[in-house]
Amino acid sequence: MDSYYHPPDLAKFPDVGKDAPELWEKFLGWYNSVFTEGALTEREKALIALAVAHAVQCPYCIDAYTSGSLEKGATPDQMTEAVHVAAAIRGGASLVHAVQMRNKIDKIGM
Amino acid sequence: MALVTLINTRSPLAAPAAQRAVLEAMPLERGFEDALASAGQHPLVRTETRVLQMNLGKRCNQACHHCHVDAGPDRLEVMPDEVVDTTLGALERSGIPTLDITGGAPELHPRFRDIVTRARAMGRHVMDRCNLTITTLPNYADLPEFFAVNAVEVVASLPSYAPTQTDRQRGEGVFEASLEALRRFNHLGYGREGTGLVLDLVTNPVGAFLPASQLALEPDWKRELKRRYGVEFNRLFTITNMPISRYLEWLEQSGNLSAYMEKLVQAFNPATIAGLMCRDTISVSWDGRLFDCDFNQMLDVQVDARGPRTIADLLSAPALLQQPVVTGPHCFGCTAGTGSSCGGATTT
Repeated sequence: MDSYYHPPDLAKFPDVGKDAPELWEKFLGWYNSVFTEGALTEREKALIALAVAHAVQCPYCIDAYTSGSLEKGATPDQMTEAVHVAAAIRGGASLVHAVQMRNKIDKIGM
Repeated sequence: MALVTLINTRSPLAAPAAQRAVLEAMPLERGFEDALASAGQHPLVRTETRVLQMNLGKRCNQACHHCHVDAGPDRLEVMPDEVVDTTLGALERSGIPTLDITGGAPELHPRFRDIVTRARAMGRHVMDRCNLTITTLPNYADLPEFFAVNAVEVVASLPSYAPTQTDRQRGEGVFEASLEALRRFNHLGYGREGTGLVLDLVTNPVGAFLPASQLALEPDWKRELKRRYGVEFNRLFTITNMPISRYLEWLEQSGNLSAYMEKLVQAFNPATIAGLMCRDTISVSWDGRLFDCDFNQMLDVQVDARGPRTIADLLSAPALLQQPVVTGPHCFGCTAGTGSSCGGATTT
């Protein structure tokens, strides 16, 4: 194995249920319900998933929700904007901690 | 425009037999006949024939990357006069209510307008599968008016309302030319409520994935085409790309063939079967042979040998009733997800 990540491994995801089938079934039922159309459309949910996949930097999820978003009718520009939202939150999350830095500067500075 | 036809590039896949061999060699988890049987739908049989689809030939002013016809400006195959006349004769005596005209760009056929006016004179509903850009060429600029006068339903190709997506599949500048054409159709009343002039759009995925839900997409497309470009249309049809001809070659070359075929097989949906076009459409090739659909035509898989095999043999529509539909691995393309046929999704 030359990498921890192999594209064919995505199809093996259900194997995770083999040693804990009840937990897997509960996860799968909940997961499928989450992505069913409700107050949000299936496309909106796929775009959220795509953005989160980038935020958590999961190659499996990026693979799955790139296809998933396209198959729900999202366009590449919409998908790119969704990833920018994730990136902006990640960047903003770093930057907003500068408030703590500034608080510390104020506390220990003269 | 670069000529990307398989014939022009001397691709082995230019031969339908080579395409069939590739598809039949795929290690699929089950065959299409098995899938039909598991759904209690084997054998798949024809119902009442309601559409006569006439493929006027492979000539086209475009050379789209995904074309299942391998059409293009360099193709010479066009329906001869005698086949045109025989087909119109069959349309008249059979009583089939709809004539669906396709190609290539069918409007390039020298008898195109004659075919339309004669079919309309018989009282038949006429549909034209239009690539839109043909109406921006000088000799064909009056086509929208001709269509309007003859109340032809226009079924126009537009894979995406995103310009880059459309151009990637259909060629540089096609999106802008398509918009120009759509605006002219709208100006004549096409796509507008209450005019009776029907303008449908066909979208197919720009890549190796399934189309989105037609039901979910149509309102988005109507909103976005109106908001971005002031364009209106009546219905949106989603069509799955079939692993045939240039799209098959692209799947192979891009390393997507196995995954795409697996996706089609895994997405088999028995609910799509009732609405499949192969059951109520008879497809006539430029040389007058009969096929269960345009895809079978491109793979050179003719209708069942027990019934009429050429348009000259088609004496009446009931002659096709209950004939088995000839199927193959490519048929998984029409039964995946919400289904796919010339009228778009076959389920909701």
